[in-house]
Amino acid sequence: MTAATHGERRHPARAALLVLADGRFPAGGHAHSGGAEAAVKAGRITGAADLEEFCRGRLATTGLVAAALAAAAAAGVDPRALDDAADARTPSPALRATSRRLGRQLTRAARAVWPSPALEELAASRPRGAHHSVVLGLTAAAAGLDPLDAAHAAAHESVSGPATAVVRLLSLDPFHATAVLARLAPQTDRVARRAEEHALAARTGGTSALPAASAPLLDLFAEDHAAWPVRLFAS
Amino acid sequence: MHLDHAEGFPQRHTYSAPLRTRPDGRRRALRIGLGGPVGSGKTATVAALCRALRGELSIAVVTNDIYTREDAEFLLRNAVLPAERITAVETGACPHTAIRDDISANLEAVEDLEEAVGPLDLVLVESGGDNLTATFSKGLVDAQVFVIDVAGGDKVPRKGGPGVSTADLLVVNKTDLAPMVGADLGVMARDAAAQRGTLPVAFTSLTAPDGIAPVTAWVREQLAAWTAVPV
Ligand SMILES: Nc1nc2c(ncn2[C@@H]2O[C@H](COP(=O)(O)OP(=O)(O)OP(=O)(O)O)[C@@H](O)[C@H]2O)c(=O)[nH]1
Ligand SMILES: [Mg+2]
Repeated sequence: MTAATHGERRHPARAALLVLADGRFPAGGHAHSGGAEAAVKAGRITGAADLEEFCRGRLATTGLVAAALAAAAAAGVDPRALDDAADARTPSPALRATSRRLGRQLTRAARAVWPSPALEELAASRPRGAHHSVVLGLTAAAAGLDPLDAAHAAAHESVSGPATAVVRLLSLDPFHATAVLARLAPQTDRVARRAEEHALAARTGGTSALPAASAPLLDLFAEDHAAWPVRLFAS
Repeated sequence: MHLDHAEGFPQRHTYSAPLRTRPDGRRRALRIGLGGPVGSGKTATVAALCRALRGELSIAVVTNDIYTREDAEFLLRNAVLPAERITAVETGACPHTAIRDDISANLEAVEDLEEAVGPLDLVLVESGGDNLTATFSKGLVDAQVFVIDVAGGDKVPRKGGPGVSTADLLVVNKTDLAPMVGADLGVMARDAAAQRGTLPVAFTSLTAPDGIAPVTAWVREQLAAWTAVPV
């Protein structure tokens, strides 16, 4: 139904998007760095300029994939098929586990904030947690948002998580970290729009219409990070 | 759009603290949070409580370390509980966020423990060492203990803060060190009473045999009150 209203009214529920995309939305994201902790340790993020490059790469790869999965879920594509598609697009077992854990935490928050039968059904069929991007898309739909909104929330989250984490990891000036996000905003918008196109194609073409961009270094870092005995962030 | 469900779905709010039952309708475990500054004796309190109560109660522990898994490992090494009853939550450098502003990871941990080893009578949730403003969300725990020690001097109760003034039990630990640091326990008791009114305060020395006794007694009272309410 959200898909039907899409195009008729832009942003029927804009404030709900602000609630969902707020970094303080209580779904567990604060404990995750989106790969930034491992990249900092490897010397690949040392300041705002590196952070921007890191985020640009993440946005274009796993950010786009997550945004497309979220948009497809909000567009009514079968969430279980999307969950399988997310598995296929997440080569790192550590990242698959992280994504499902965050999906479960988001499900918990969403059930209380925007109860919906679609979320209940997914939770019942994936009791250990569905992939975060799929849950995000269903949550967006439950909040009255459209697929493009869901894509925006996922794309933004793919860069806001690392930016916040790097403020804590490097004591980076928070103004500089936020300026990075502001500079990335046009690219975030483009990624969200591309993700929406993929999602609409997936409604007829199935999940193979979804992008499968990957970031091998993020996968390798994630596997390594998961084995650290001492770390600040869960991923 | 799926907005036509204003009646709500109480059963699907999973079972955060306000709900007293598990999904199968049985009474869930009482959840007690332990917070307080770094090194005040939270883990020592958890360990002593487990030793005192594990013979009569089914207990599990969730730790929230800031950087390491040290607390969980201490409890494992000292075998206060079997390994499957202890879970460490990672907090992304923000211990107070994980127990107050975004409790989702801790709720997962509590529920997973109940599912894996339950039914449980008592779940102890230890916060990462933080500052005097750290308190637990009521969505996560049913009651909270704030643990301070005398080693920082006798001024801490006077300084107050939400932990000292509102916790259901204030524990002033390491009283054995009071003479060494010149801390006046009488002053601490008086200041604590001024901050807390009638809320209880326990003075403990966990190096003494059964030094945990006043806290154990308080936990037993909480459990009795918890199980007295029909589900
Ligand atoms: N003398 C004395 N030492 C104590 C007492 N209680 C705990 N300790 C010691 O104080 C130190 C810190 O105790 P923990 O229980 O690890 O403190 P904590 O509050 O869990 O610390 P964090 O989790 O790191 O914030 C340890 O070396 C304990 O052995 C006590 O009553 N007297
Ligand atoms: Mg401890």
